[in-house]
Amino acid sequence: MININEVIETNNMIEKEKLDVRTITLGISLLDCISDDMDTLCANIYRRITTTAKDLVKVGKEIEREYAVPIVNKRISVTPIGLIGASACKTTADYVRIAKTLDEAAHEVGVNFLGGFSAIPAKGMTKSEELLIRSIPEALACTENVCSSVNLGSTKTGINMDAVKLMGEIIKETAKLTADRDSLGCAKLVVLCNAPDDNPFMAGAFLGVTEADNVINVGVSGPGVINHAIQGVKGKPFGELCDTIKKTAFKVTRLGQLVAQEASRRLGVPYGIVDLSLAPTPAVGDSIAEILESMGLEKVGCPGTTAALALLNDQVKKGGIMASSYVGGLSGAFIPVSEDHGMIDSARCGCLTLEKLEAMTCVCSVGLDMIAIPGKTTASTISGIIADEMAIGMINQKTTAVRIIPVEGKDVGETAEFGGLLGSGPIMKVNEYSCEGFISRGGRIPAPVHSFKN
Amino acid sequence: MEKSKSIITVVGKDQVGIIGRVCTYLYQMNVNIEDISQTIVSGYFNMMMIVDTSAAKKEFLAISQELEELGKEIGVQIKLQREDIFKSMQRI
Repeated sequence: MININEVIETNNMIEKEKLDVRTITLGISLLDCISDDMDTLCANIYRRITTTAKDLVKVGKEIEREYAVPIVNKRISVTPIGLIGASACKTTADYVRIAKTLDEAAHEVGVNFLGGFSAIPAKGMTKSEELLIRSIPEALACTENVCSSVNLGSTKTGINMDAVKLMGEIIKETAKLTADRDSLGCAKLVVLCNAPDDNPFMAGAFLGVTEADNVINVGVSGPGVINHAIQGVKGKPFGELCDTIKKTAFKVTRLGQLVAQEASRRLGVPYGIVDLSLAPTPAVGDSIAEILESMGLEKVGCPGTTAALALLNDQVKKGGIMASSYVGGLSGAFIPVSEDHGMIDSARCGCLTLEKLEAMTCVCSVGLDMIAIPGKTTASTISGIIADEMAIGMINQKTTAVRIIPVEGKDVGETAEFGGLLGSGPIMKVNEYSCEGFISRGGRIPAPVHSFKN
Repeated sequence: MEKSKSIITVVGKDQVGIIGRVCTYLYQMNVNIEDISQTIVSGYFNMMMIVDTSAAKKEFLAISQELEELGKEIGVQIKLQREDIFKSMQRI
């Protein structure tokens, strides 16, 4: 029988250590919406989303109430629109129209983000995918809740450098079109290498073609819970530190699994995976940087940071895997800068640099995330940053990503404000030596030798 | 109700009549109390009840809401939660 101390511990995690379920993401396949007529396509998409997801927010709130645990976001991911629009879309304006349809559907069902305005040109880019990519700046400027992602490479395919070059330009253009909001459009746009098909987290969520018609994926969180537990083993050897993180990650993941199963049962939609990511928010006590600092670092970004993050990421996975048989998505520690007050502090005082963040992405679950850089940064330099990050993912057989915001009209020392969960962050310095000659070569970087496993 | 066992927690400053008022409400709602335990943590009164709401007169969410309001009236925090959350997190 459950005892009072266990009840107190769980409720303390929720009330004092900010344990929450970060997102219930309903994946909706739009493959059956495809038409060669724009009107029909948009009507199909709108109907499919608004009927499938009509109870998502209501069910999320019910679960929240019955278990007294916050479920921060209810979201939707859809099949990459680059596939869905291939037959009907002849211009970038057609793709923008689909983005608006997605936005309207998201508003109608009450979700705060809808991901999947995406293309997956990991090896080659179809004409329609190129059209979609070229429509991204306008699409993100005129919609509120739509998120966009582009998968530029994988360990199996290598890196599509033509697409990398193009995305440098697209990110610049997106920043320009949302210049009045500190280039907020770029916060809803991410490029990835080895993008997972079942990621519930934005901005990279889309429902891959390997998935069924509908699926529930749940993303947990809980940096504050891990941090609190680590503070109890101050000065103790690594073995004890690892055990503590694993046990805590187990509990956090179990909560995610329970919520996923309940949402699945009530919505009549199969449960896919739990993503056991540690996702920070700008609130104090909900920070990955605080965890790393509790391990014994003076400030995140100092020597030892990469090792501490590697340990954290691995123990979170080990604890989580024991708790749920279906773990997927990104699953690990996120290190977004603007969404984590500890990261912001460290970037502001100069301890955390872009180069150190790049090293950290070799061992964290994703990549360069929510980093504001000077608006004057050139497209080719952005492509260079992306290429480096894609190379790390390709060689290390992991997901990597870049969500970088070249804030129009702002430079190092100034602050970008994105608001809400997206937070705010100092503009970070970028190495200004040119990589233009490298980026403009064209073609693709071949898949690495260790991908040939057949 | 499809699931029966739930946990009620009461946290706050100790005072006369807390258990009495909660139990009276549960009696009115036809909610059966299976177990009660209590402890003091950092000076705060913590009480936990394991209850069965399967024959309750009102819906789970309504009872949850009314208990919360009763808590505000008494000056303590009262929560009703399904037992699964604790079982999932605290048991292998």
